[in-house]
Amino acid sequence: MKELFPLKQVMGFVFSLVLTAVALSVVMFDMSFAMGMTILLITAFVQAMLQLMVFMHARETEDSGLILANVYYGVFIAVVTVFGSLLALIWGYM
Amino acid sequence: MEFFERFAIPHPSPIIYASMVAIGITLLAIIAGLTFFKKWGYLWREWLTTVDHKRIGIMYLISALLMLFRGGVDALMMRAQLATPEAQLLDSQHYNEIFTTHGVVMIIFMAMAFIIALMNFVVPLQIGARDVAFPRLNALSFWLYFMGAMLFNLSFVIGGSPSSGWTSYFPLAGNEFSPSVGTNYYMIAIQIAGIGTLITGINFIVTILKMRAPGMKLMKMPMFTWSALITNLIITFAFPVLTVALAMGTMDRLFGTQFFTTGNGGMDMLWANLFWVWGHPEVYILVLPAFGIYSEIISTFAKRNLYGYKSMVASMVIISLLSFVVWVHHFFTMGQGAMVNSIFSITTMAIAVPTGIKIFNWLFTLYKGSIRFTVPMMYSLGFLPIFTIGGVTGVMLGMSAADYQYHNTMFLVAHFHLVIIPGVVFAMLAGLTYWWPKMFGFMLNERIGKWAFWFISVGTCVAFFPMFISGLDGQARRMYTYSESTGFGFWNMLSFVGAVALAIGFIIIVYNIYYSTRYASRDIGSDPWDARSLEWATHTPVPEYNFATIPEVDSSEAFWDSKYNGHKLFKGKLKEIHMPNNSGVPFIMSALFFVLGFSFIFSIWIGVIVSLLGICACLMHRSFEKDHGRHISLEEVEKTESELRGGK
Repeated sequence: MKELFPLKQVMGFVFSLVLTAVALSVVMFDMSFAMGMTILLITAFVQAMLQLMVFMHARETEDSGLILANVYYGVFIAVVTVFGSLLALIWGYM
Repeated sequence: MEFFERFAIPHPSPIIYASMVAIGITLLAIIAGLTFFKKWGYLWREWLTTVDHKRIGIMYLISALLMLFRGGVDALMMRAQLATPEAQLLDSQHYNEIFTTHGVVMIIFMAMAFIIALMNFVVPLQIGARDVAFPRLNALSFWLYFMGAMLFNLSFVIGGSPSSGWTSYFPLAGNEFSPSVGTNYYMIAIQIAGIGTLITGINFIVTILKMRAPGMKLMKMPMFTWSALITNLIITFAFPVLTVALAMGTMDRLFGTQFFTTGNGGMDMLWANLFWVWGHPEVYILVLPAFGIYSEIISTFAKRNLYGYKSMVASMVIISLLSFVVWVHHFFTMGQGAMVNSIFSITTMAIAVPTGIKIFNWLFTLYKGSIRFTVPMMYSLGFLPIFTIGGVTGVMLGMSAADYQYHNTMFLVAHFHLVIIPGVVFAMLAGLTYWWPKMFGFMLNERIGKWAFWFISVGTCVAFFPMFISGLDGQARRMYTYSESTGFGFWNMLSFVGAVALAIGFIIIVYNIYYSTRYASRDIGSDPWDARSLEWATHTPVPEYNFATIPEVDSSEAFWDSKYNGHKLFKGKLKEIHMPNNSGVPFIMSALFFVLGFSFIFSIWIGVIVSLLGICACLMHRSFEKDHGRHISLEEVEKTESELRGGK
């Protein structure tokens, strides 16, 4: 029976509920904008990785290396595009 | 009548009326020809519905060549207008339209189509696959691109062409300064073609990662396949940015949103930013496949294996990452601070390093090689010095302080043409000549091809080197005329002479295709160049299933090893072969996209709704369709194989 019980998925589900609850705390409690955004960004990233790893089986096949490399590449480009645009248009703009 | 007034050209001239007539006559001639020779059925069965990567490649190739001539005529008109001071050949509005369509057509509808044409034809053969991973999506890619291209070209005779540059910067491209539908054409035609390109990107990543012949590890792939993999990776990650930017621009123009406006919280510079977030990787999307082609050609005709295989791969991977972090160098003068400009200057100079590594690798491959001066090899050898000059002037432009001097002058125009023409056009012509025998079963005439090469390479230098000088003297790009006292006249006349030489070169290529089709020998075997990679291991013409038995590979030059080092490529027995079915849905769906795009451009909402419903119906049809492909029986495979080996 132990093999049949999807322990990993159940744990993942619980963990994603916890992450949702933490994200919800941003509107439930009074906190600064920066603090709220930091919590949201971190929980969103962890949540996305959790979905990919646990529920979309990104690490379970032979070619997981390729899948993860593509994911990391995408993350790199998203981060560079967003922060680069902010840098060019707002932070570094005189 | 009011309904039809929107289709009128806002700024007509005899040239436009003449091309309306020419387009009408051409269409009629095509329809009449197809009917007279009873070719409609053939066209539908063999081409419009095909999912075969080789045929799709050839259709891409034909479209790319057509677009090359369309863009080339634009270029000639521009150079003719600028050849003398105060010329009256074109007025400013026409000149604006022509440089806009020249840029869009050449980059998006010519160069992209050309590289995808060669990738389509060659990559599945090089990795020993029967087709791409998703053959029907591949057909959809082509038809979306084709419909986008046709839609864009329609702008010339219906409604007016875009006139705000191929970069289409806001606020110039906004409704206030570009009230005609031209920029709608730009936004929507590129959007449709871009979706096709994005699908290609995903399709080829999966194909190359999943469908390689047994034994072909990643580090044993031929260099063109490596470059195709990296290119498609960049396509997949860069094109969504363009999709989003175009959607925002479309909404600004059609639905009154304020993303790129100067008031109401809009940010016009955001367009330039998003455009170049896509636009700079796009440069490498164009040039990396060219690098792959040169690698194949140089090692074939120097009769040596490629020097520094690993460093070639590593430099491409580094380029793919760095290409996403340099985009701000396209607008150093926009007003962001010195800190931002310094960061992007440094990344720009960094990207020259892996490119330099590749140049040295090719030089070391040539060193002590036994070089055969064939046409593809001559383009490759011509590429090295011209591209290096273009690239080094790019580093000059990349220094942000100095860029304030060069920005938006003809110096910039000279730089990017001297990068793109040797880096893309030479490579495409070299690749075309190199793979032509595999595609069509005969070789292009070498002597005529060399004439074309000399006209094109000398023409390139004569056309673009003078622009460095007139640019430094202060000639701005996109200026439709200038006074005699500026002294630009001589340099521009020289450029015009070069442009004419280029045109003659392309006409010679067309003549060469005609001449070789009529007179070239068909008895050339399957490996006329004594080449090194797998696409030459199958028959010419290539059977629809590519390889009767899947080859087994243990090096990056498996075919060379099988010829000279006793490697056995085909170990399996003949079996029946499973192939995908043809389908008309991609063509129909793309035609509906054409209607959708056209309706969007002219805000005909009923057309938008009807064509969207049609597109959804096509998607539904695909979802519920049961299509398990078809099987080519063993007898049929044996029969085809023995015929191709020469037995009847």
